[in-house]
This record gives sequence, structure tokens and C-alpha cells, in this order.
Amino acid sequence: MIDWLLEPFRFSFMQTGLAAAALVGVTCATLGAYVVLRRMAFIGDALAHTVLPGLVVAYLGGWSLFGGAIVAGLLTALGIGWVSRRGAVREDTAIGVLFTAMFALGILLMSRVGSFRDLSHILFGNILGVRPSDLLQIAAIAAGVLLTLALLHKELELTSYDPTYAQVIGLSADRMRLLLLILLALTVVTCIQVVGVILTSALLVTPAAAAALLTNRLPRMMLVGALIAVGSSLVGLYASYYADVASGAAIVLTCTACFGAAWLVHTVRARRAAL
Amino acid sequence: MHLPYSHRRHIDALPGAPALTLDGLTVGYPGASAPALQAVNLSVPAGVRVALVGANGSGKSTLLKAVAGLLRPQAGTIRIYGLPVGACHHRVAYLPQRGEVDWRFPVTVARLVLAGRYVHLGWLRRPGRDDRARVAAVLEQLGLVELAERQISQLSGGQQQRTLLARALVQEADLLLLDEPLSAVDATSRRIIAGVLDGLRRQGKTALVATHHLDRLDEEFDRVCTLVDGVLQTTKRPPALLEPT
Repeated sequence: MIDWLLEPFRFSFMQTGLAAAALVGVTCATLGAYVVLRRMAFIGDALAHTVLPGLVVAYLGGWSLFGGAIVAGLLTALGIGWVSRRGAVREDTAIGVLFTAMFALGILLMSRVGSFRDLSHILFGNILGVRPSDLLQIAAIAAGVLLTLALLHKELELTSYDPTYAQVIGLSADRMRLLLLILLALTVVTCIQVVGVILTSALLVTPAAAAALLTNRLPRMMLVGALIAVGSSLVGLYASYYADVASGAAIVLTCTACFGAAWLVHTVRARRAAL
Repeated sequence: MHLPYSHRRHIDALPGAPALTLDGLTVGYPGASAPALQAVNLSVPAGVRVALVGANGSGKSTLLKAVAGLLRPQAGTIRIYGLPVGACHHRVAYLPQRGEVDWRFPVTVARLVLAGRYVHLGWLRRPGRDDRARVAAVLEQLGLVELAERQISQLSGGQQQRTLLARALVQEADLLLLDEPLSAVDATSRRIIAGVLDGLRRQGKTALVATHHLDRLDEEFDRVCTLVDGVLQTTKRPPALLEPT
């Protein structure tokens, strides 16, 4: 049994993949708590799709895909924040407009590429293809995002449940929302390497949503979500190694199974409390 | 090191200045045909409790929001202790109507009340022992000690109102802007809140309170201001307070 468990990690690409998945999982689940509680689930999906033109432009220009994705993600985050500032346009409307425009631009640019298969790892992720240099970039972004969340915890928390009071004490809820969008854009870019554009929102939303069913304390929700994300990554990697299935999809489906289990626990608890 | 939230530096109040001065204050909402407040003039000395009364939509909440810095005036000026809005955030506490808070957010009563200290802490500083001691004292004052670790989603309307008032008190502000603090609360909460409001006078705090409860105005307030369609119609002392003692 021990041999069965250890065997995949004799390969360095599996070790790198696991480290990347763990870093991305912890970052996504922690940030995902705000995404779920602020009802921003749509935005993770949208941001993941909007980095597509940045990736394609970088691919066509022979530049760093990572850099292209970050630029496109940040531009979208700033664009959403700017268009929806002061409530002139609702945030979900701003996301809907920019998300489709950026994704359409990405598809248009992709049609200029010889083969769509060249970019398939962007759409579906390739965790086993993460290189040590990619891992360093992922680690740097994860550290930056987690440090920011820790340092600004009280401000992010307050603006999430009472933006009016925050504004009265001089704390701009709009600026905190913009900061959150920027952190999301950075996190999404790292996430794309693990599960790809199409499944990124699952890592942002599903572990945090499962944790929200199990606890009603924000720090605990972040911790439980991170454990679910890391555990799911591990299971996904094993599935990929032994069953030869797509690792990104396996990770997401494991997260979904955890959500199902959390939902069952929540339902049983609620029924017991009602008795 | 104190890094305040506002880009403006906190400035000390001007000596002898009234707690609040409104001069020709006109406030409107985008798209509305008429301003919600029209040329309101009002001066509130420090230590006075003022009731704002009027029908729904008369401009009570709008006036409080403008003073709290949530709405920008179309015309006129607001001075708080002689300073413009935003120059002394820590001196102004605002009790919003309950609907403005996301009560499903996973935060406890004690944690929500602790947020009243954030204006003193600013960026990067975490609440310390002293802040928690102040929270504990206010929770005791408002009868919330047993609810301190309860999730805010599990509170009744009256308990929610007491929690928000506790946050405003823990800020230790000099000017309190209270929007319907006694609206839809149970008898226990009303008694506790009324007692706290009474205590504010003894502490020399200034309070501007929007209220629909007209039955005890003369007991609970020093001055009553009536708003009709955004216009300040009357400002007077309650009859009981005008009588010689």
C-alpha cells in the first residue's frame, strides 16, 4: 500500500505537479471564501476565460504565456472594477460584457493559430507539464496573494458584509473590491496551469462552497477549503497516474465529490437541529 | 505607526465649534426629479440629542447619510466640529438601517462589534487586548455578553440592532448618527437601547437620531427637527423641556 502511494512521486514531474496543485489549491480555496461569500462565483469563470487573448497573443509573439495571461487578467479585473464603480453598471453586467468580449477576442486570435491543439493545454490544463520555473512563479504569486489576504483580513471581511459602514470610517469598499479582483486575476492565471481555462472556476468556488457548508467561521472556512483543495489535488494526481485520466478533470470531480459529502453532512445536521 | 483609511489626515476639532453645522445642504439621488434634501440649515451644539422626525421619504436617512459621508451634497456645506466631512472619521459613528448589512456573512457578534475599533487601528494593525476589553464592556452594557460568540445570522431583529449600536458605541465617537435605532425591535431591546441613548447625554455625546417613535420625544431628546419632503420645517425643543424647572 505504501509503495502504491509513494510510487507516483518517485518522478520529479509528479512532485512538481503536486507542489503546484497544493499551492494553487490553498490560494484558490482561501480567496474562494470571499468569492463565495460575496456571491462572485461568476467572476472566477469569467476571469479564467478573459485571459485567453493574453495567452494567444503571447503564444503568437513567442513571449511568456504566464506574462500574457497576467496582463490580460489584470486588464480585465481593472476594467470590471472601473465599469462597475459606484454602481452605475452592475458588476455582473460588467463581467458579462467584458468576459464575452475578451473570450471572443481570444477565439478570434486562436483562429489565426495553425492548430487549436497547440493551445489545448491552456484550455484543459496540464499539471504534469509544470516546470520548476513555473512552480517558482506559482509560489511567488501564491505567497503574495496569501500575504495580502492575511494583512488585509479585517478590511476585506468588513467590506464584504457591511460596505456602508466601511465607507463611513474612510475605508473604500470599491478599492477593496478592485484589490480582490486583482488578486483573483493573479490566482486564476496560476490556476489555469493546473486545471485549464475551462475548469478554473471550480477550484475557486467548489472547495470554498463545501467548506461554507461545514463551518460558519471565516478563518475556519478558509482552512477547511484549503484542505479539501489539497486533498482533491492529491486524489486527482493519483487518478491521473493510475487510471490515465485527465488530471485537471479528476481534481475538479474530486472537489465536487467533497462538496456532495459536505452537503450531506450539512443536511443531516440541519435535520437534527430541527428535531 | 498609524496608517488611517482615509487619505485625509485626522485633524483635531476646532475649539468651540458646534458638533454639526449644515448650511444650505441640498442632496439628491441620481435620476431623481427633485432633491431628497433642500437647502437644510441646522446647527447642533456638542452634547445635544436631536430627533429627526418625518414621514417615510421625508429625507431623514438622506440627511444622516450625507453627514456620514455616504452621499455627496449637490450644494451647501457640512461641518463636523468645524471640519469638512471625512476629516475626522473616528469622531463620527453611524448606525445604518439593518438592511444594509449582509447578516448571512459568517461573523460573530463580538467580531462585528470589534469592527468599531478599526477606524482607530487603520491599515495593518490588528485589534489588541485593549480593543477587546472595550468590546467586552459595550457588550455588557447592551446585554449581548451571552450572544458574543453567536453567528450574526442567528440574531433576532432587536439583537441585530443592539449589535450595530454596540459597534457604534465601541468606536467611542463624539457624534452618533443613528438611523431608526428603535425600529421593529422587541420590548427588551427597546428598553436597553433607550437606556443607552439616555446615557449618551451624561457622557456629553451628541446624537442625531432618525425616528418614527413620537411618543417619548420630550423625554429622550433635547431638540426635535421635522422634515417634510426634504425641507426642514421646524426645529424646536420638546414642550416638556421648555417648561421652567
